[in-house]
Amino acid sequence: MLYRESGQFKTNYKQDSAIFPILQDRIAIMFYLAVAFIVIPIFGSNFFIDSMMIPFLIFTLAAIGLNILTGYTGQISLGSGAFMGVGAYSAYKLVTIFPDTNVILLIVLSGFFAAGIGMIFGLPSLRIKGFYLVVTTLAAQFFLEWAFIRIPWLYNYNDSGAIEVPRREVMNVIVTGPEASSVTRYLIVLSIVVVMTWIASNLIHGRIGRSWMMIRDMDIAAELIGVRPLYAKISAFAVSSFYCGVAGAMMVFLWLGAAEVESFDSNQSFLLLFMVIIGGLGSLVGSYLGAAFIWMLPVVLRALPKLFGLDINTATVEHINFMIIGALIVFFLIIEPNGMARMWSMLKQKLRVWPFPY
Amino acid sequence: MDLLYQIFIAPFIDMVSTPDFLLQVLWEGFVTGTLYSLIALGFVLIFKASGVFNFAQGIMVVFSALTLVGLYQAGVPAYLALILTIGVMALLAISVERLVLRHMVNQSELILFMVTIGLSYFLIGLGQFIFGGETKSMITEQLGLPTGSTEFEPFGGILILQHIDIAAVVIAGILVAGLAFFFSKTRIGRALRAVADDHQAALSVGISLNQIWAIVWFAAGIVALATGIMWGARSDVSFALQIVALKALPVLILGGFTSIPGAIVGGLIIGFGEKLFEVYWGGLLGGGVEGWFAYVIALIFLMFRPQGLFGDKIIERV
Amino acid sequence: MSFDQTTTTADGRTIGGPVMEVKNITLRFGGVTAIKDISFDILEGEIRAIIGPNGAGKTSMLNVINGFYHAQEGQITFRGETRSRMRPYHAAVSGISRTFQNVALFSGMSTLDNIMAGRALKMNKGFIWQMLRYGPAMNEEIKHRRAVEEIIDFLELEHIRHTPVGQLPYGLQKRVELGRALAAEPSLLLLDEPMAGMNVEEKEDMSRYILDVNDQFGTTITLIEHDMGVVMDIADRVVVLDYGKKIADGTPSEVQRNQAVIDAYLGVPS
Repeated sequence: MLYRESGQFKTNYKQDSAIFPILQDRIAIMFYLAVAFIVIPIFGSNFFIDSMMIPFLIFTLAAIGLNILTGYTGQISLGSGAFMGVGAYSAYKLVTIFPDTNVILLIVLSGFFAAGIGMIFGLPSLRIKGFYLVVTTLAAQFFLEWAFIRIPWLYNYNDSGAIEVPRREVMNVIVTGPEASSVTRYLIVLSIVVVMTWIASNLIHGRIGRSWMMIRDMDIAAELIGVRPLYAKISAFAVSSFYCGVAGAMMVFLWLGAAEVESFDSNQSFLLLFMVIIGGLGSLVGSYLGAAFIWMLPVVLRALPKLFGLDINTATVEHINFMIIGALIVFFLIIEPNGMARMWSMLKQKLRVWPFPY
Repeated sequence: MDLLYQIFIAPFIDMVSTPDFLLQVLWEGFVTGTLYSLIALGFVLIFKASGVFNFAQGIMVVFSALTLVGLYQAGVPAYLALILTIGVMALLAISVERLVLRHMVNQSELILFMVTIGLSYFLIGLGQFIFGGETKSMITEQLGLPTGSTEFEPFGGILILQHIDIAAVVIAGILVAGLAFFFSKTRIGRALRAVADDHQAALSVGISLNQIWAIVWFAAGIVALATGIMWGARSDVSFALQIVALKALPVLILGGFTSIPGAIVGGLIIGFGEKLFEVYWGGLLGGGVEGWFAYVIALIFLMFRPQGLFGDKIIERV
Repeated sequence: MSFDQTTTTADGRTIGGPVMEVKNITLRFGGVTAIKDISFDILEGEIRAIIGPNGAGKTSMLNVINGFYHAQEGQITFRGETRSRMRPYHAAVSGISRTFQNVALFSGMSTLDNIMAGRALKMNKGFIWQMLRYGPAMNEEIKHRRAVEEIIDFLELEHIRHTPVGQLPYGLQKRVELGRALAAEPSLLLLDEPMAGMNVEEKEDMSRYILDVNDQFGTTITLIEHDMGVVMDIADRVVVLDYGKKIADGTPSEVQRNQAVIDAYLGVPS
């Protein structure tokens, strides 16, 4: 009853082209933002913020990045984990080279390095399609992994081969390093993710997003209409890698505090792809749902047996987690290829006409 | 100039001055290449018959090897374990056909591909859940496979051939010959080729697609098991092998997705190329180039010939 | 019959000089010759039909005209510009748009987005504005939305504006595709079997839309069609192809009486 659009008339195309045309949706967004920005920082425990919210938001951003490439432009990538790595290592180098510059700015700037590398590895997509492209993204994945190990300059010639985040302050508040408080880091991550989600949504609903979807749905027709595949594909690779890069930089600087190559290996790329598939290909909401699902599932799995008084070791939980994720991927692709986002919008459609079936 | 010398001259001088070592490198490349070919062969079998690009082929290699070793460790005699594992692979093929493929008719190729990624995650979880996640060693001797090595002395140097490697090559050869025979001489083989040519036409002459799918997945499972035994005997059985199994992808790019000779030639090219590059040029880049060399070769190759070595030229239609 | 200068048809439409001249086009795929030495012209404002039995090379001819295939021999002059090779992108820029034999819509996008897609070439506001969806980018979006809504009105697609086109029935998809081609405001519109697979009523509707487009916007139209009745009703002039060769060219009634055409369609008793 509450979720109705009756009585809300759109009198111009601007209103109809709005991203949330229905008033209740706009109220809901405000509510989520209020919870995220006010309620969680005040009431959330450090554990909840550190091991649930921050990683969830960071993976969401990376999933949005991959979704732009795979869900919106139709180019499957198994290299998104490595592009997160490019962001992380560039942020690390930038912070080393410019110790006095605002570290948040540097984290965002590191996205440009990821975008540049992404564009280079995106070039083959102009000639190569489908499975063949999967192999070129794997080339990016393994080549970059190798570079992260074999180019010691990237990790400042550390003996450990790991990158460790130094302490940095912005306006006298400690932002990075072990002393930074969870709430501070959470608020920075949240702000970046919210702004970048908004930008992604704008791009998708406009001219550029349409050109991506044209390439995805029928690339030949897109070219005959006048979309240049070069611009559409390379811009998708650039934007996608930018998002993954910023996510990677945040992962190291605002969550883990240190990282090695393993954080950006092919398993990470697979997990991101799973988030996008389960959440919904071609859906921003889906990126949030998918990231939440994949990240929370093991946490829930670890907690569940304890509720029933069972004692299952962590390795077993890990294996069950793999099985569930794998089975769910198959299930979603068979039953609902549009993922959780589609279920969500069907639920909203039901609400809109409730109590009638249509 | 020094760099040019390092790249273009020095490696070849090395090759000529120690020919025994070159032979050793080539032999290593040949054996790994054979194993790559076997994994690629499993891909090709499934792709030809069902149009599914089976990402899980590499995992099936590990899964079958793990099942074999797991059963043996549970007290089953080696040969019985082998037979049981073949049974498990048959069961897997039937379940995949019943539970997955049957519901995926008319889906796009990329969706099918992603389904197999999901399948591979499920198999990783299942394999570790049942048999544990720790690394196991292959029951080489118990299966009657040769161990030990033979030394030759060509050009006054030393060349060491591991017996298990020789066995791997021989078994791979037998497997390929067997498959070729199966495809060309048996009724099911002919039906399989008919399906590969044209699904609709095959259906219309009364070939059951479901049955064919189950059979090719089973055949691919057998190939996976053979690969798993060989590879497990060379290193260990663990899911780290999946990274190696992914190398079958560049092999397929070179050979084309539907060509069995292509898979073999592609596998050997990658096997040789990778070893030679690592040994003679890898040092210039700091080593460890085996991880990406195959992919980069495939990538460069694709830029010039998007349809693969043996594929037909693609004519786009609207 | 001569169309060298402006003439007026029986129903009061104006037909001008040639907009496109196709000269001696030959197209081969490997050893197969799809089109052999074909020449014809298209006049400003006319409806030109290309007909012929299956495999006569009709679609290949359209593909050559808009740069999807490259002919080995011959050249095409469009609005005074002569070329032998070009990219589809440049055909689109020069004002040629088309529909496809097997509908080639963007199936995951809504009707509205599909037709907006047709205006891709007219939109150019930069990346930064697109990111913000504000200022010039938003104004541009709304300006084109208005033009697209006119096409939606014209083709009576209002009720399916927000429906993903993949879910639409075939007849409607064909109509959306026409809308997408019109959105580019083409000066030459190529229609590849716009009425294939339609029932009589849908064919009548589609014929009406084609005539209306030609009449209201003065768009030059070249279409491929199998239904001879439709061709005779709406085309001004007809080119007949058979086995990649041109066997007749003229008004519908002339073509209908042509012995070579009758033989091609009915088969020659040997």
